[in-house]
Amino acid sequence: MAYHRTWKSAVAAMAIALPLGWSGIAQAQEAVNLRMTIWSANEAHLKLFNEIAAGFKKDHPDVSVTYESLPFDTYTTALTTQIAGGNAPDMAWIFETSAYDFVKSGALYPLTDTLNAAKGYNLDEVSPGATERWSQDGKLYAYPFSTSPFAMFVNNDLIKAAGAKTPAEMIAAGEWTWENAIAAASAVGKTGKGGLIVRDFNYQNWQYLTSVWNGWGASPWSEDGKTCSMAEKPMADAVSFIHDAIFAKKAMPGPGENVDFFAGNAAMTITQISRASLLPKDKPFAWDLVPLPKGPAGEYALIGQAGIGVMQSGKHVETAAQFVAYMTNPENSAKLSQFFPSARKSLLNAEVLEKTNPLLSREQIEKVVISGIATGKVMPGHTGFAQIQQTVRSNLDAVWRPEADVPGTLQKICGQLGPLLRR
Amino acid sequence: MAVTPHHETSRGRSSQPFWTMARRDSLAGFLFIAPQLIGIVIFVLIPLALVFWYSLHEWNVLANTFTYTGAQNYRMVIEDTNLREVLGATAIFSVGLVVLNMSLALLLAVLLNQKLAGIAVFRTLFFSPVVVSLVAWTIVWGFLLQKNGGINGMLQVFGIEGPNWLREETTAMISVIVVQVFKNVGLNMILFLAALQGVPNELYEAARIDGAPAFKQFRRITLPLISPTILLTSIITIVGSLQVFAQIAILTQGGPGLSTTVLVYYLYQQAFQFHFFGYGSTLSILLFVIVAVLTFAQWQLRKRIVFYES
Repeated sequence: MAYHRTWKSAVAAMAIALPLGWSGIAQAQEAVNLRMTIWSANEAHLKLFNEIAAGFKKDHPDVSVTYESLPFDTYTTALTTQIAGGNAPDMAWIFETSAYDFVKSGALYPLTDTLNAAKGYNLDEVSPGATERWSQDGKLYAYPFSTSPFAMFVNNDLIKAAGAKTPAEMIAAGEWTWENAIAAASAVGKTGKGGLIVRDFNYQNWQYLTSVWNGWGASPWSEDGKTCSMAEKPMADAVSFIHDAIFAKKAMPGPGENVDFFAGNAAMTITQISRASLLPKDKPFAWDLVPLPKGPAGEYALIGQAGIGVMQSGKHVETAAQFVAYMTNPENSAKLSQFFPSARKSLLNAEVLEKTNPLLSREQIEKVVISGIATGKVMPGHTGFAQIQQTVRSNLDAVWRPEADVPGTLQKICGQLGPLLRR
Repeated sequence: MAVTPHHETSRGRSSQPFWTMARRDSLAGFLFIAPQLIGIVIFVLIPLALVFWYSLHEWNVLANTFTYTGAQNYRMVIEDTNLREVLGATAIFSVGLVVLNMSLALLLAVLLNQKLAGIAVFRTLFFSPVVVSLVAWTIVWGFLLQKNGGINGMLQVFGIEGPNWLREETTAMISVIVVQVFKNVGLNMILFLAALQGVPNELYEAARIDGAPAFKQFRRITLPLISPTILLTSIITIVGSLQVFAQIAILTQGGPGLSTTVLVYYLYQQAFQFHFFGYGSTLSILLFVIVAVLTFAQWQLRKRIVFYES
C-alpha cells in the first residue's frame, strides 16, 4: 500500500513539475522570426503579403515573416495589450487616428535612415502631406503604406426607381451638392430602402462623419490640436444638417437600423475605394463611384491612412526595419496599391491605378482616386485619441434622437474635451 | 542501571522513520490539491498583488514607462466626475438583475416543482440558455433588439411601435438586464428546484390540516426552509452581476451616454482602450472592495435571515 502511495505521489509530482520545467528547456533558435500585426484577414491581402515575405527571404534566408490578423474593431486595444503583456509584435499596422499616440510615445523605431539606405527606395517621392502625421523631428516613424480616399458609392437602380436624379447627372449639371445628395437619398428613403450611409459610423465612430462635415469646413479641434472647435458655427451647422437628414428627411438610416449598401439596400454610401471588393458579383446593381458632394464651404476630399511601424521593444528592430523597407519599396508598393493606394508620386497616375483597380473606370480613377489623394485632408487624429473618441461618442448620443439640442450638446462636448486636448 | 543504555538504544532504533503514515497521507493530500493551489496562486493571488502594485503607478504601455505615483490614482478615483454615473449604472444593473433573476428563478422553480407529464422537457428548456455561449447568445439578442430587429417586428404585428431598445437610456439598461437574466435564470432555477424538493412533505400536510392557505404555506414553510439556498444564489448572483462585461461590450458599448457603463466596462476602457493601466488597476481594487464588502455583509446577514443551517 505504502509503496503504491509513494509511486502515486511521485507520478503526481512529475505531472506538475514537467510542464513547468519544459518551458525552460525550450531552445533559442538562430533563425529570425518577425511577426507583423495587421487588421485584415482578407485572403487576397494575405496571399500578397506572404509573396512579399517570400521575396524578402530570398535575400535573407534566415528571416521568416508571419502576419497576425487581429479584429478590426478592437485592433489598437489588442495591440497595446500585447505590448503591455511583454509580447509586442516586431512590426504593426497603425490607424491614422492613433498615429500620434504611437509616434509621440517613442514606441516606434525611426525608419528614415533604413529607408534611405535601401537601394532604389526613393523616399522623397512620398508627399510630405502623407508622411506628416507619421513623422517627428524630421524622422519618419511609420511608413504610410495606404492612402485611401473616401468617396461615394451609388446604387443608380434605387435612385432611378425613386424618380430622383443620379449623382452622375447632378455632377454633369454642376448640382452635386450635399443639399441635392440628401434630397435624392430622402427620395429613396421614402420608398422603404435606405438612403445614404456613412459606413463604419454606426452612431459610435463619429470620426467617420468627417467625410460630411469637412464640406462645411468644420473640424473637431483647432489645427494645433489644443482647442475644441466642436461648438463653432461650421460644426453646429454640419451636425444640424446631418440630424435633419436622419430624423426629418429620413435620408440616412437612424440609430439602431442596420442597412447594407453592398447588399443593394441603400442608395449611397461613403467609404474608402478599397471597399469596391464588396460589390456583389451575383445579381449586381448599376453602381457608380463619385467624389464627395460639394458643401457650403466648397469642394473637398478626405483620405484615410494606415502606417507600418517597427516596435522599438522588438528583438530584431534592424531586421524588421529592413523588411518594412523591402515591403514598401516602389516595386512592392505597386503590388500593394491594388488594395492600398500608395502615396508615391510615380504610382499616382491613371495607367498604374487602372491596372491595379480593374473594377474602376479611368474617369473614376482620375476624379476620385488621384484628385482625392492629391487634395484630401487626412482623418482627424490626436494624442490620447481613444479617450477623446469615447468622450465625444458618449456625449454625441444625446444628438442622435429626434428632439435633440444640437448646439447645447456640442457646447457640452467642448466643456469635457477641452482639458483632454490641452494635456 | 545496565538496562538504561540498552533501553535508550532500543528506543533509538525503534523511533519512527520520517515518512510516517500520517505524513505520507498529508503529502498525498497536498499533491492532489497542488494543481488547484498552484493555479490559484499563479492566476489569482499573484495577479491580485500585482494589480495592487500597478495601482500605485502610472504605467504608459506605449512609452514603456512605469512611474511610482503613490496614492495619485486613488485621488483620481475621488475626483473622477464620470465615476459617480458609472457606479450608479452599476448599482441599477446589479439591483435590477438580482431582483429579476431571483424572483423569476423562484417562480419558475415553484411552477416546475410538480409531478406532471413532460415536466422534464420544460426544465431542460429553461436551463438550456445557461450552457449556450455567452457571446453567441448576446449577439443574437443584439440583432433582435435593433430598431428594425425581431422584437419590434413582432410588436408591429400587434400594431405596437417598439422603442429603439439599445439607443435609449432606460430601455438600454432594461435590455442588458433582461438579456442577462434570461441567460442565467436557469442556473438559479435548478438550485431552487433542488432546495424545494428537499422540503419535507409532512410539513405541508400538517399545514393543510391546520387550514393554512397555499400562500401562507409558501411564506411560512417553503421560504424559511430554502433560505440557505436563497443566500447562496443571491451571493453568486450579486458577485456575477458586478462582473458583467461581454453583454455591455457587445450590446451597448456603455451607451447611450454613460447609461450602461458599468464598473468593469469602465475599467476595461481606462486600462485597455485609453492605456491608463495604473488607473484601471485602481478601479479594479475598488471593484474588489465592493464585492468583498457586499459578500461579507450578506454572510453576516445570514444569522438573521437564514432559518435553518445544517
